Amino acid sequence: MSTAAALLTLVLASLATYACRALGVVLSSRVSNTGAVFQWVSCVTYAMIAALTSRMIFMPSGVLANVPIWVRVTICLLALLVMVFGRANRLVLALTTGVMLVSVYAHYWL
Amino acid sequence: MPYQARLAHVFRRRQALKRGARDALGSPMLVLLAGMLAYGSVAHQQGLDVWITSLGSVFIFALPGQIVMQEMLIAGAPLYSIVLAVFVTATRFVTMSITLIPQFHRRDRGPMLYLFVHLVAMTSWAVSMRAFPTLKRAERLPYFAGFAFTVWLVAFPGTFLGYVLAEDVPRWMGYGLALINPLFFLMSFAELRAKVSLLAVFLGFVLGPITYAWDPATSLLASGFIGGTLAYFGFEHLARWSANWREARRT
Repeated sequence: MSTAAALLTLVLASLATYACRALGVVLSSRVSNTGAVFQWVSCVTYAMIAALTSRMIFMPSGVLANVPIWVRVTICLLALLVMVFGRANRLVLALTTGVMLVSVYAHYWL
Repeated sequence: MPYQARLAHVFRRRQALKRGARDALGSPMLVLLAGMLAYGSVAHQQGLDVWITSLGSVFIFALPGQIVMQEMLIAGAPLYSIVLAVFVTATRFVTMSITLIPQFHRRDRGPMLYLFVHLVAMTSWAVSMRAFPTLKRAERLPYFAGFAFTVWLVAFPGTFLGYVLAEDVPRWMGYGLALINPLFFLMSFAELRAKVSLLAVFLGFVLGPITYAWDPATSLLASGFIGGTLAYFGFEHLARWSANWREARRT
């Protein structure tokens, strides 16, 4: 793909993202955040983010593809356990757990 | 407003701005930096242009959208489908803005919001939602601006460094950085309390790889609409069914 085409894609993608943010400003005075439409849209959004996350874990595009799938899933589950049962700073702790485990695996076995 | 009261008002807003910036300097900035570094290094491996990649972090400022754009560019997808897919991943900003903006002071809800709203992202949204109840209404926009702008400043250098250093950092470190993105989203699901949202997440999680195998371009859209709609309507049925079941058992 040429740089010009990639640049055009970047400009349009930026505008598309900004359009969603601006739409939020426009609608913020009208939509009730307890209404049915809001609930449904939020469900669709969550499902979409989850689909993306699932793809990043099960079908990664970068270096993670070299890590066997069972290792990826086990590490994610362990990090999730830390998140669910952790107390203070559990997000940092869970992220650190996952990152350290995958780094150790890559260092010794790949 | 008397002169002294106005001075105190300005002072409080300035303090809120500083507090937001200070709150950003901890783990929120580190998570974002790691995400941008990883994104930059992956873009390098996939052979995308360094400026397209780094400017994407500044102007899109939403990693899922950037990743979608990057993957579809590499796959050679048509322009309209890339823009549509990025738009679809960005639809969460509509709901994020709708829940954030009504909490600002009435006087802060002017045209300037169209500038600040670009800084709405997963991190700034989550932190603001948690901090707003402890702040006066007039302090919320300055706090948000201070936090989100500080985090946003990391986007360009983070991505650029990730791209340039992609071949210099030890290989094992690249693996760690690449895993932070999916981990961060996974962890944010763990913080959800509404059962209907958790059901939507579960369905999206299952549908993601399936729809991707079927058609990569419309995968996110399909998973979102099918999973989200099933969760929204299915949850009501499930709730009614379980209520009926409990009723039947009691009688």
